[in-house]
Amino acid sequence: MEKSKSIITVVGKDQVGIIARVTTYLYECNVNIEDISQSIVGGYFNMMMIVDATQANREFLTLSQELEDLGKRIGVMIKLQREDIFKSMQRI
Amino acid sequence: MININEVIETNQMIEKENLDVRTVTLGISLLDCISDDVGTLCDNIYRRITQTAKDLVKTGHDIEREYAIPIVNKRISVTPIALIGASACKSTDDYVRIARTLDKAAKEVGVNFLGGFSALPAKGMTRSEELLIRSIPDALSQTERVCASVNLGSTKTGINMDAVRLMGQIIKQTAHLTADQDSIGCAKLVVLCNAPDDNPFMAGAFHGVTETDDVINVGVSGPGVINHAIQSVKGRPFGELCDTIKKTAFKVTRLGQLVAQEASRRLGIPYGIVDLSLAPTPAVGDSIAEILESMGLEMVGAPGTTAALALLNDAVKKGGIMASSYVGGLSGAFIPVSEDHGMISSAIKGCLTLEKLEAMTCVCSVGLDMIAVPGKTSASTISGIIADEMAIGMINQKTTAVRIIPVEGKDEGQTAEFGGLLGSGPVMRVNPYSCEDFISRGGRIPAPVHSFKN
Repeated sequence: MEKSKSIITVVGKDQVGIIARVTTYLYECNVNIEDISQSIVGGYFNMMMIVDATQANREFLTLSQELEDLGKRIGVMIKLQREDIFKSMQRI
Repeated sequence: MININEVIETNQMIEKENLDVRTVTLGISLLDCISDDVGTLCDNIYRRITQTAKDLVKTGHDIEREYAIPIVNKRISVTPIALIGASACKSTDDYVRIARTLDKAAKEVGVNFLGGFSALPAKGMTRSEELLIRSIPDALSQTERVCASVNLGSTKTGINMDAVRLMGQIIKQTAHLTADQDSIGCAKLVVLCNAPDDNPFMAGAFHGVTETDDVINVGVSGPGVINHAIQSVKGRPFGELCDTIKKTAFKVTRLGQLVAQEASRRLGIPYGIVDLSLAPTPAVGDSIAEILESMGLEMVGAPGTTAALALLNDAVKKGGIMASSYVGGLSGAFIPVSEDHGMISSAIKGCLTLEKLEAMTCVCSVGLDMIAVPGKTSASTISGIIADEMAIGMINQKTTAVRIIPVEGKDEGQTAEFGGLLGSGPVMRVNPYSCEDFISRGGRIPAPVHSFKN
């Protein structure tokens, strides 16, 4: 069975260094990024990363909280969610 | 692989359209707690609930945070207490003592409501059931989180009119004992016909005797998501409207299924059912009335309302049934007046009446729900309203219910405030003509014939 993946979304006003700061944090946590995509919706920067957090050096909920705090410092909204929610809602 | 647009759509539903899981309800059988001593019984009940549900709220919070999906309520339902207390309880005070134990257990594990202070006298009423029912006014006024329900009839048994008459009086007494809070006790008391054993929604939740020891049932919601989706088919034919609702209901229900499975896995308790109900909250954008109005009604209550609700309810079920391995509970659109700002506005304007609401309950699951009526409404009139609703359920082989609040000291046109998810609502007009002689006959209405359907 495929290992459970997680999704990180970043939504906010575009600015220099968003990806750099998020990926640096993920590197420190030993979280592997498997895919990145982005788009502009309604003038807002939307980025999605598919990550594997199973080897992370901290708990899932800690990662989630720290990413949220990082987002607040940068001025964007960062969310970490388990991938299952999207799979179950969007796939039969 | 999941793409960015799918992620954006799901998160938009959660952030902007009030998508949530309305309740994760843990059903707990109390059959193994039975004792002939009320003190021992209360100790057994307290221990059983606090041990089984000790991780319920934390697990709910963890799932909320890991998936970033709100789970609004974590609740407990227990075996109908009239069965559990039959041997030990010799007086109404004994039943009140059990209610206080349930309240204490609910507070200890952190759930906001616990359902199952219930009796099921659908055909005949045992002495124990009558004692429990007579203890309801005191039990609900002395507790905060306990919900009571009484099943008064069924398609198979007919309607127990003695119990219907008694419940009219009990509702009045409950209103009186909680008069200082706009008779809020009645908001925690519901009477049903064809009550399901696996309903996760309050106030009618109880853990039926057909169930296993412990079970996780989940109630989904999402009126805002459905409303948003049907904006895109404005003016289009009914087929397209129904398809849009079905597709959206599918997604909403899959979320419920996921949460149910996760909660079940983490708690080590089997998953029972997903209840496909659309449940509003007082928040703007979380209303059933708004959906009906988006379909093309100027205001809910206008001609066409019953048809629109029938269509909505059926399409939600068609979409939801494929999304979940087990569907149960009430599974229909809820129309609690005080909990839906669109219903409130329409009732204030006089467009939505008690009679129209009754018609609407013929095509959706729950019945006359959270309706404030003048405090002077007589017990027999309340029994008459209950009997009408039970008859709809009995004849149409569906669950119906009545949760009516005769707000003591208030009259038509005033507002009753219940607070929180229970909302606030206008005190609605009740037909002033009497049914006293009908209600006082006693006995029961026989079970209906099951052929010659018309």
